[in-house]
Amino acid sequence: MNLFLDGIAWIFDPAHLNGPGGIWVRIGEQLSYTFGAVALAAIIAIPLGLWIGHTGRGRDVAVLTSGGLRALPSLGLLIIFALAIGIGFKAPLLAFVILAIPSLLSGAYAGVEAVDRRTVDAARAQGMTEWQVLTKVELPLGLPLLIGGIRSGVLQVVATATLAYFASGGALGVFINDGLKTRDYAELIGASIIVTVLALLLEGIFALLQRLFVPRGVTAGRISDVRSRPLRPRAVVGSPIQEGK
Amino acid sequence: MNWVVNNLGLIWSLTLDHIALAVPPIILGFLISIPIGWVANRYHASRGVLLTISGLLYTVPSLPLFIALPAILGTGILDPVNVVVGLTIYAVALMVRSVADALAAVDSGVRQAATAMGYSGWQGFWQVEFPLAGPVLLAGLRVVSVSTVSLVSIGSVIGVSSLGYLFLNGLQRNIVAEVISGIVATLVIAIVFDLILVAVGRILLPWAKADPSARQTRRRTAERALTGTVTS
Amino acid sequence: MIEFRTVTKQFPDGTVAVDALDLVIPARQTTVLVGSSGSGKTTILRMINRMVDKTSGDIEIDGEDIYSLNPVKLRRSIGYVMQNSGLLPHRKVVDNVATVPMLNGVKKADAREAALTLLDTVGLDRQLAERYPSQLSGGQQQRVGVARGLAADPNILLMDEPFGAVDPIVRAELQQELVRIQRELGKTIVFVTHDIDEAFLLGDQVVLLEKGGRIAQAGTPADILSKPASDFVATFIGADRGRRALRVEVVNGRSVVVDEDGRPTGVLQS
Repeated sequence: MNLFLDGIAWIFDPAHLNGPGGIWVRIGEQLSYTFGAVALAAIIAIPLGLWIGHTGRGRDVAVLTSGGLRALPSLGLLIIFALAIGIGFKAPLLAFVILAIPSLLSGAYAGVEAVDRRTVDAARAQGMTEWQVLTKVELPLGLPLLIGGIRSGVLQVVATATLAYFASGGALGVFINDGLKTRDYAELIGASIIVTVLALLLEGIFALLQRLFVPRGVTAGRISDVRSRPLRPRAVVGSPIQEGK
Repeated sequence: MNWVVNNLGLIWSLTLDHIALAVPPIILGFLISIPIGWVANRYHASRGVLLTISGLLYTVPSLPLFIALPAILGTGILDPVNVVVGLTIYAVALMVRSVADALAAVDSGVRQAATAMGYSGWQGFWQVEFPLAGPVLLAGLRVVSVSTVSLVSIGSVIGVSSLGYLFLNGLQRNIVAEVISGIVATLVIAIVFDLILVAVGRILLPWAKADPSARQTRRRTAERALTGTVTS
Repeated sequence: MIEFRTVTKQFPDGTVAVDALDLVIPARQTTVLVGSSGSGKTTILRMINRMVDKTSGDIEIDGEDIYSLNPVKLRRSIGYVMQNSGLLPHRKVVDNVATVPMLNGVKKADAREAALTLLDTVGLDRQLAERYPSQLSGGQQQRVGVARGLAADPNILLMDEPFGAVDPIVRAELQQELVRIQRELGKTIVFVTHDIDEAFLLGDQVVLLEKGGRIAQAGTPADILSKPASDFVATFIGADRGRRALRVEVVNGRSVVVDEDGRPTGVLQS
C-alpha cells in the first residue's frame, strides 16, 4: 500500500501539479482529446446511426464495421497515424475519433431500434411524418441508449488518451512514460491514479445524465403475476464498454 | 513488404505470445463470471451492487491497471501474470453483466415449467437455464474475446511481449509495414477467435438457429453489451 | 384425492390470494377451477405441486401431507401443463416429452420410446418428434405439453389454462382431445381456466372462485346451471343475461331447443 501512498504524495507535490508540464495541464490535454474526439465522432456517427436505425438500411454493414473497428488495437492505430501524418496532437486525435465511432454509431442505431415497433407504427398511423416519427418518438425513447453510446465512447477515449505521448501528443501518459523510463514508481502510480479517477468521474457524470434522460413513464413499474414475472426486468442504467484503453 | 517477408519468424512468435496472453483471460473470465452473474441475477439486491462494481472495474484504464497490479500482487513489473490478471479482471467485468442478462432473458415460463416438472435447483440451472442462456452468453463471450485480443498489445508498453512490440518497435524505427503487420495480425487473431466461438456455438447450441426469439434476444443483448447501457 | 383444509396464501406484498380455502378434489375426475384474474385459481393449482408455498392450512394428497414430501420428488410425480406449453426450446420434441421420466432415472432410449407412444396418444405425428418446439404450431406445442405432462404416468395432472393461447378452432379440437384422453386414462385432472364454457365442457366438478380464492359455488355443471348459488355466480355463467336459457319450441311436431336469441341449437330426442 505504501506505493499507493507514494503515488498520492507525488500527485499533491506542488512541483508536479503546476507549471507548463504539470498535472493540471496534462489533465486538460487528456480531457481535450476526450471531448474533441467524441464531438467529432458524434458529428459523423450519430446522424448515420439514427438513419440506420430509422430505415433499417445498412444495418449489417454498420454492425460489421463497428465490430471490425472494435478489434483494432488502439496503440497500433495511434502509431500508424503518427507515422503517417507526423507527431503532435492531430495523429492521436484522429485515432481517438476512430475509436469512439463504433460506440456512438451502435448507441444511435440500437437506441432507435430498441423502440417498440408497435409504438412507431402507431405514431405513423396517427399521421406523423417520417421526420416526426424520428424526432418525436424514436429519438426521445432511444435517448438512453444513445447517451449510453456517448458515455461508452467518452470512457474509451479518456482511458486511451493516455497513449497520446507515443505521438508526442502530451496528456497524462507523459508521466507514465517518464516513470517507466526512470523507474519512478511513485510517478507511475500517481499518474495511474489520476487517469483512473478521471475515468471514474466521467463515468459517474454520465451515469447520472443517462438516468436523467430516461423518459418518464418508460421506467414505470410493470404488473406482476404469480404465473410470470415480467420477462424484461426494468431498465437499469448500466456501465459502458470500452476496448482501447 | 520486404520487412514483413524478412521478419515472418518474429511476427509468428509474437502472434503466439499474443495468443498465449489472450486465451487464459477469456476462459478464466467466463468461468469466474458464471457464479457472480448467477448471484447478480438471482438476488435482486445484489444485482445493482455487483454490476456497479464490475462496471467500475471496467472503467479502470488498462495501462494504469497493468502498472498497479505488481504493487498489489507482489509480482515483478515485467511479469506476464500482470497482463493476464488485468485482462481477466476486464473479462469478468464485461461477462458478469452478460451472464446476468443472459439468465434474466431465459423465459420465465420455461423456467417455471422446469420447476413444475421436478428439476431440482442445481439440475434446473445446468440443464435448462444455463443452456438456454447459451446464445446470449456466447454473444457476450464474443465481445470479451475481441476486447481482450485488442487489449493485449498494451502489455507491450510495460514490456510484456505481444504483437504490441511491433507497434513500439515500428514507431522507433519508423517502419510503417511493421506497425501494419502488427495491426493485421491482431485483427486476424480476433477474427479467428470469433469464428471458433461461433463454430462452438453452432455445435453446442443447435437449437438456437431454429428459435427466432432466441436470435432476437441474442442480438439485442450483444448490442446492449456493445453500447453498454440499458440492460434487461 | 386432493384435499385443501383452511389453506391460506398470502404473498410477501401482503395480498391474500387464497383465504381459508376448503376444497376436496376427487380422484380420477376432472375438476375445473374457474374465475377471473385475481381469483387465486392459479395459486391454488400451484400449491398442489408446491410451486407456490401455502402460508397456513393443510394440503393432502390421498391422505398424505404434501409438506412431508420432497418438493422436487412431488413435482416429478405430478403432471403439469401450462399456457404457452413451457417446452424447453433447446430440446427436441421427443426429448421434451421424455424429460420427466429421465429425471426419474428411466434410460434415455426407453424414455424416448415411451415418448413416441405418447405423441400418438395426444394425436401428434411421430415425424414431429425430431423437431424443436419453435418449429411447431401453437396447437402442436400444446399437444406436446400435454404429452409431457402425461409422460411419467402421474395420477394427477395439473393444467394451467393450457388452451388459453391458441385460436378458438384449435382450442375446440384440443378440448375434445382432452375429453377423449381423460376417458381413456382416468387421471385426477385439475384444470384452471377463466372460460366458463370450457369449464362446463371439461369439468366433472366445477369450482367457481371469487376474489381471494373464495369458493362462490362448487358442483357439477348441471348443479351450477340449475341453481346458481348467488348473483355473482349467475352473472359469471351469464344466466342473468338470459344466456344459457334454452327454450323448447314445437316445430313441425318436434321439440326444437332454441337459445336466448331464438336460434335453434338442436332437437330433443324423446
